[in-house]
Amino acid sequence: MNWEAFTPWSALLGGVLIGGATGLALLLNGKIAGISGVLGRIFRPAPGDAAWRVWFVLGLFASGLVAFALYPGLGEVRYGLGLGGVALAGFLVGVGTRLSGGCTSGHGVCGISRGSTGGVVATCTFMAVAMLTVYLQRHVLGASS
Amino acid sequence: MKSALLFVPGALFGIGLLLSGMSNPAKVIGFLDVAGGAWDPSLMFVMVGAIGTFAVINLLVHRRAAPLFGGCLPGARARGAIGARLLIGSAVFGVGWGLLGICPGPALTDLATFDREILVFVGAMIAGMIVSQRVLGADVVPTVVAPASPPPQVAQSQ
Repeated sequence: MNWEAFTPWSALLGGVLIGGATGLALLLNGKIAGISGVLGRIFRPAPGDAAWRVWFVLGLFASGLVAFALYPGLGEVRYGLGLGGVALAGFLVGVGTRLSGGCTSGHGVCGISRGSTGGVVATCTFMAVAMLTVYLQRHVLGASS
Repeated sequence: MKSALLFVPGALFGIGLLLSGMSNPAKVIGFLDVAGGAWDPSLMFVMVGAIGTFAVINLLVHRRAAPLFGGCLPGARARGAIGARLLIGSAVFGVGWGLLGICPGPALTDLATFDREILVFVGAMIAGMIVSQRVLGADVVPTVVAPASPPPQVAQSQ
C-alpha cells in the first residue's frame, strides 16, 4: 500500500460527480453517457444524435481547460511511453472500447449500476488485463524503473 | 438548442475525473500496479462513488415516463449479451489502458494540456474507434436493452 498517494475522499467525491453527471445526462435526454460511446458515435451518428455528443465532449474538454489554468500542477501530466507507444495505446483503447461497446464509464459505471452482467464481465476483463499489462511492462520487461 | 445543455454534465464529469485523479495517468498506473509494493487503491473509491450515485439516480429517473427533453428512457436494468466482441474488445482496451493509464474520459480532459502525447493519443483513439465501427462492424451498445416484458399472467391481474 502507498499511503501517501492514497486519496479516498477526493476519489469518492470525484466518483459521486461522475455518477451525478451521467445521471444528469440520463435525466435530460435519456442517453447512457459512457464516454467511448459518446465520442465514437459522433463519427457514426444517427440523424439528430450528434450535437449533444459534441457538447458533452466540449464540456469534458472545458473542465480540463479551466482546471489546468487554475491549478497548473494538475496539467503537468507525465506519460510513461514515447510517441509510438502512446499512439499504440490510444489505438487499442479506441478499437477495444467500441468493439466491446463501452469503457470505464459505459461498462464500469453505467453498466454495473444498471445490473448488467455484461458490464460486470467487461469491467473485470479490462481491469484484469490492464493490471497484467502494467505487471508485464514494469516488473517483467522493466520498461520503467 | 437543448443539446447544448449537455455541456453541463460533460463538464461535471470532467471535474469528477480531475478531482478523483482519474485524469492523472500516474495515479491510474498506481492503482493498476498491484504487484509494485506501492499500491494506491484510490480508484476503487471512484468506482464506488460513481456506481452508487448513478444507481440511485437511474432508479429515480425511471419514475418518470420520459427524459426532460422528450424521447425514450433506456431500461432501468441493462441486459447485456456476453459474446466474443465484449470479451475481446475489453481485453484490447485493457492492454491500451494498462500501457499508458489513460481511458477515454481522461483523454478528453487532458487534451486541454495540449501536450504532444495526448494529441497523438486522442487522434489514435478516434482512429481506432472508426476502425472498430467501420471495419469491424461494431456499433452495438449491449448495455442498452429494454427490460423483459412481464409474464402474461401478471398482465391479466389488477
